[in-house]
Amino acid sequence: MTSATPLAGYSYAYLDAQTKRMIRRAILKAVAVPGYQVPFGSREMPLPYGWGTGGIQLTAALIGRDDTLKVIDQGADDTTNAVSIRAFFQRTAGVKTTTRTEEASLIQTRHRIPETPLQPGQILVYQVPIPEPLRWLEPRESETRRMHAWAEYGPMHVKLYEDIARHGEIAVSYAYPVMVEGRYLMSPSPIPKFDNPKLHRSPALQLFGAGREKRIYAIPPYSDVRSLDFQDHPFRIEPHGHACALCGSTDSFLNEVVMDDTGKRMHVCSDTDYCTTRRDHLEQGEAAE
Amino acid sequence: MYVSVTGGERAIAAAHRQLGQARRGDPAIPELSIAQIKAQMTLAVDRVMQEGSLHDPDLAALAIKQARGDLVEAIFLLRAYRTTLPRFGTSEVVKTAAMRVTRRISAIFKDVPGGQVLGQTFDYTHRLLDFSLMDEAEGQGQEEEASRRAAEAVPHPMPGIAAVLDGESLLEAPGDADAGDGAAVADLTRRPLEFPAGRDLRLQALARGDEGFLLALGYSTQRGYGNNHPFVGEIRQGSVAISLVPEELGFPIEIGEIELSECEMVNQFAGAPGKPPQFTRGYGLAFGENERKAMSMALVDRALRARDLGEPVDGPAQDEEFVLYHADNVEAQGFVQHLKLPHYVDFQSELDLVRSIRARFADSDHDGEGEQA
Amino acid sequence: MNPAASLALAPGFADPESDGQALFRAVLEAMSHPGRILRPGCDLSPPRPFPSLAGAVALTLCDAETPLWLDPRFAAAAGWLRFHCGAPIVEAAEQAIFAFLDGAALPEGMDAFPAGSALAPEDGVTLVIAVEALGQGQDFILSGPGIVGEVLLSVSGLSPRFWRQRRQQEGLFPMGRDAILVAPDGLVGLPRTTRCREG
Repeated sequence: MTSATPLAGYSYAYLDAQTKRMIRRAILKAVAVPGYQVPFGSREMPLPYGWGTGGIQLTAALIGRDDTLKVIDQGADDTTNAVSIRAFFQRTAGVKTTTRTEEASLIQTRHRIPETPLQPGQILVYQVPIPEPLRWLEPRESETRRMHAWAEYGPMHVKLYEDIARHGEIAVSYAYPVMVEGRYLMSPSPIPKFDNPKLHRSPALQLFGAGREKRIYAIPPYSDVRSLDFQDHPFRIEPHGHACALCGSTDSFLNEVVMDDTGKRMHVCSDTDYCTTRRDHLEQGEAAE
Repeated sequence: MYVSVTGGERAIAAAHRQLGQARRGDPAIPELSIAQIKAQMTLAVDRVMQEGSLHDPDLAALAIKQARGDLVEAIFLLRAYRTTLPRFGTSEVVKTAAMRVTRRISAIFKDVPGGQVLGQTFDYTHRLLDFSLMDEAEGQGQEEEASRRAAEAVPHPMPGIAAVLDGESLLEAPGDADAGDGAAVADLTRRPLEFPAGRDLRLQALARGDEGFLLALGYSTQRGYGNNHPFVGEIRQGSVAISLVPEELGFPIEIGEIELSECEMVNQFAGAPGKPPQFTRGYGLAFGENERKAMSMALVDRALRARDLGEPVDGPAQDEEFVLYHADNVEAQGFVQHLKLPHYVDFQSELDLVRSIRARFADSDHDGEGEQA
Repeated sequence: MNPAASLALAPGFADPESDGQALFRAVLEAMSHPGRILRPGCDLSPPRPFPSLAGAVALTLCDAETPLWLDPRFAAAAGWLRFHCGAPIVEAAEQAIFAFLDGAALPEGMDAFPAGSALAPEDGVTLVIAVEALGQGQDFILSGPGIVGEVLLSVSGLSPRFWRQRRQQEGLFPMGRDAILVAPDGLVGLPRTTRCREG
């Protein structure tokens, strides 16, 4: 998709200069305090709160004419909200867009990390609904702020331990909490726990935006990010034992697709670019034979 | 062979076309005009301006038209537009004491200086559907003339009721109600809420907060969830001047006039060591004739002062974080409606987890002594 | 301000949206990879001796909401900064959100610049420090987030007082002060997380 002229009458990428500066300052402080939620004066955007305004504000503050933008939701470029957000940036920034992870300089994502390993220089922008990892244990913001200030994370460890006592395992399958650089407890956004290992020592810069809750946080490249666990119950990802029906992958995150009303299922890669690329290579391989 | 569903772009474009058609409806029916909405759906326009946090009746009417009458959607449109507007200054504090009053009532005294002026209100109407309104009728000329004459008879400036109680120092002074020390007023739209929130931020949040939510919370205080014995000290509606001091001039100039509704509640008296008891205040202010909103706001404002006044906090309306975090319907509708977005990846993770736990459960059932009957 | 003086005022960014975005990305890359020297193009000419890249940082990040502290040596740039940024210039170091300093002659009361608090570490100041050169001079070994293992940074024209304060503040994390070093042709980011020792 090639660039176009941005929307007349609006600032580049919609946000006015003052808002961009405010977000840019928040981003820099977030990078300086990895995993800590920096409050910022989130603005109303033309898309509703809860639909990615935090990610959109981050992308709008970052993006420039030299960027190539990829937008995914549930790992796919073609889900309706990813389409809507990509169109928003095409209209307001006239920027080049792509579905290829490898070609993107900026990737905005909802609920997945791309399967294709990220490269130095890439920026991954996560859309975050609830930035506070302690929120389900403690509804009050005034209290959770304190807990982060003094690293009082005991209640989280207790909750996880209670899961083990009750269920035999930690009963958290997405938004699995992590410790960043050994200091801040952080929610990685509602990515499946399957994706958690990709957070650790990533060559990319990872930025997290929560528009409605008005917080920005960051993981600098190559940072230490560890999923919470216990010595006798280490963090692990169960192999799902399926293969993608389209490309055969056994080590990507797969979605069940219900085929008919007898409940027949098949499994398909959630990351559409990863799956398409694999299929292309398989076809080329076959053609070469 | 399974082919994954694509065409999200086409689906969205088709949905937008359909929406455009639905908005216009049957082309044989005359299109709604902005002028009609402004003039004849004034209260809807007032609410959209209030919660949209932008005073512009034309834009509010446009938002209502575009939103097919869904006021929460219209509020969102106006808020999003507000974001794009440059800020070039802050007005002087509006002088509601100098309001050109069209309606002014008080519940705490039978007669008051300036009188009880009912103005235009639904208050004493009988709620009977008026079927004569089913047709568009002409000629209300005589009644218009009468009401115009009545408006001219209203005293101006209208003396405030608080002054009556002030004379005996029975009512806390406005300044006492704020923790402030002359510090600049915080701006909710520039910095996010932090707790404890000052009264200035609370009032801003309440001003733009959802009327239904505040109405319910205000109601709850009257039913015992943090009762503060409210009385309507004064409600006034009318027009006020907006002034600004441009930096180049150094003196105030009037830039326009707007309609406001103001509500001063007089509440339960409080005392402090060394200070005799006084009645306390709750305050509400809204654009246009948004009186119910101003009243709800005043009830919740007073409830939120519980902590400051040393009262026990036991009702939801008194819980600052609960009230202020959930009052904004732009935030609320966004997050509630976001549940419609695809969540199938997280659901997949939950499916995998619950199956795993169930498998473990089934295993332990086989191993266990099976006593669960 | 007298009209004649304003006529002589050096211009800001030629294309504020584009130039600001490019400079921001350079600063972000610098903070994400501490020790890496970024060389964003910059043709600003703020009143000397205020460095060109310091001016670019100010135009990109400072405005009416960011009180800034200006080293007296850079006083000639005060009018330029007020006009182009609208940022209030403050006397008291405690109020500064940005501080523009001369690396060779750092002020006595460096600790007065805010380091934030445990509840609000983001309130720590950003020090923008003019140095003589990057890539030559004294060697420092850097480590921490954004760095694989260790990286070497050479700087000339930066008082040892800076490095002393850095070492002292290491134990204060998450409180701290973040720094951007600007040389005539490049800049380097030193967030508070970067550990430095002499090489």
